[in-house]
Amino acid sequence: METIYLLIPISVVLVFLIAIAFWWSLRNGQFDDMEGPAYRILMDDDRSPPAAPRADDHADPADVVDRRAGAGSGHLRDS
Amino acid sequence: MSETQSTYNYKVVRQFAVMTVIWGIVGMLVGVIIAAQLVWPELNIGWLHFGRLRPLHTNAVIFAFGGSALFATSYYVVQRTCHARIFSDGLAAFTFWGWQLVIVLAAVTLPLGMTSGKEYAELEWPIDILITLVWVAYAVVFFGTIAKRKVSHIYVANWFYGGFILAVALLHVVNSAAIPVSLTKSYSAYAGVQDAMVQWWYGHNAVGFFLTAGFLGMMYYFVPKQAGRPVYSYRLSVVHFWALIFTYMWAGPHHLHYTALPDWTQSVGMLFSLILLAPSWGGMINGVMTLSGAWHKLRDDPILKFLITSLSFYGMSTFEGPMMAIKTVNALSHYTDWTVGHVHSGALGWVAMVSIGAIYYLLPRLFGKPEMFSVKLITVHFWVATIGVVLYIASMWISGVMQGLMWRAVNADGTLTYSFVESVKASYPFWAIRFLGGLLFLFGMLIMAYNMVKTIAGGRVVDDARVLQPAAHHA
Repeated sequence: METIYLLIPISVVLVFLIAIAFWWSLRNGQFDDMEGPAYRILMDDDRSPPAAPRADDHADPADVVDRRAGAGSGHLRDS
Repeated sequence: MSETQSTYNYKVVRQFAVMTVIWGIVGMLVGVIIAAQLVWPELNIGWLHFGRLRPLHTNAVIFAFGGSALFATSYYVVQRTCHARIFSDGLAAFTFWGWQLVIVLAAVTLPLGMTSGKEYAELEWPIDILITLVWVAYAVVFFGTIAKRKVSHIYVANWFYGGFILAVALLHVVNSAAIPVSLTKSYSAYAGVQDAMVQWWYGHNAVGFFLTAGFLGMMYYFVPKQAGRPVYSYRLSVVHFWALIFTYMWAGPHHLHYTALPDWTQSVGMLFSLILLAPSWGGMINGVMTLSGAWHKLRDDPILKFLITSLSFYGMSTFEGPMMAIKTVNALSHYTDWTVGHVHSGALGWVAMVSIGAIYYLLPRLFGKPEMFSVKLITVHFWVATIGVVLYIASMWISGVMQGLMWRAVNADGTLTYSFVESVKASYPFWAIRFLGGLLFLFGMLIMAYNMVKTIAGGRVVDDARVLQPAAHHA
């Protein structure tokens, strides 16, 4: 079972590296806000932008603006 | 809300998204062929017999289909959540073409019998080196994009994707270490039980990081986005991540119960496998409960059906897995079809369904359409796929338990009750049902391909998705 002399050190080093990443994220303030980030991805409107103005394509632009404005103000109050 | 002039790189996302569907069809077709070969042995012809095609099937579905889905979604998620264009367009393009080359080389070398003989790592050393190069480029692109993010917080999906990228790099390099004797043949750097331990340290962590952590990243972005609701508990998702990566690494020995591996190592593997139930179910509940208060959305949104059903299968297989890792259960289940059923509960039910849901989410956004060409066809796809998975895993459960019981049955005088071939004969009906289940799942992918082609035909290539300034990132 000499292989454990390879695998155990790898695991130990790995745990230290993970601990460092955890420590960094703690100090960096990654865990300061545990609510906002969940809402923030929803405020990122990723619906495909309307094609360069075409006559048959009129529904989207206004709708997109509405949604952005609505979502933005709503969630600012939340946080 | 102001917008900068820079745009997101959708090209690489689009390429990987389309290839996900194509490789899904190829990989699952090979799966259906080898399932048929078990039912009708006369189908084993020349280079295309079961032994050569089986590794091609596993490589195609895991690395070509699953891998493309992970590349596509991670590049999309990291750009959108970091509010930054991808770190390097050139390197991103290299990961796409490099990865496709790896897949094509696999499709050529495996049927020719060029293999290192390591399960899920069969590819020979020159291809392993190419994989390493592509993977390093992937890591540079991904973490480079994180580094240039416009928001201080790194969204939890990126942690999962990042963990997956780093862990797979480590696993691949350690397990693929080999001494080449020619261009197409090498021998593992480890021998005997050492090699088996390294192999399953790799094998199980490939399941843990490639097929779990990566797809959890996908889940934590696409479930909330498609549901239009924040994840049930963001705090739990962060706990989920750290708990999973701190505990995953030592579950591998459960693949080697009752072998030459020392007993204590097997017990450690079993213990860590049992511990894994906690973070897995925490994550599953977190994902499903995202719909809490909005369950009605599940009724008419087939994409959400895919995503939530995938989580149910994730919960099922992460309960089944620790249970099968218990030595006494493993004594019955090991080497039987039960293992195959378990794997496909995870692979088809969880990995494929969450990927399919995510790709359905992405395609309209990448091709400038409000939704897919036909939402109804997504519903059809969902039901065809679900029935296929259920047929597949139920038949494998039955044949697996049956095989286990037949193999261990002993007469009063100590002789075996059944010969091995009798258990093979008894398995035929279930292999036929499994073939049908697989065929249905493949048919679902063909429906998806048709839907994708029609969506692309009626759409336009979106290359001008502007990078939005993050909302209230100073909060």
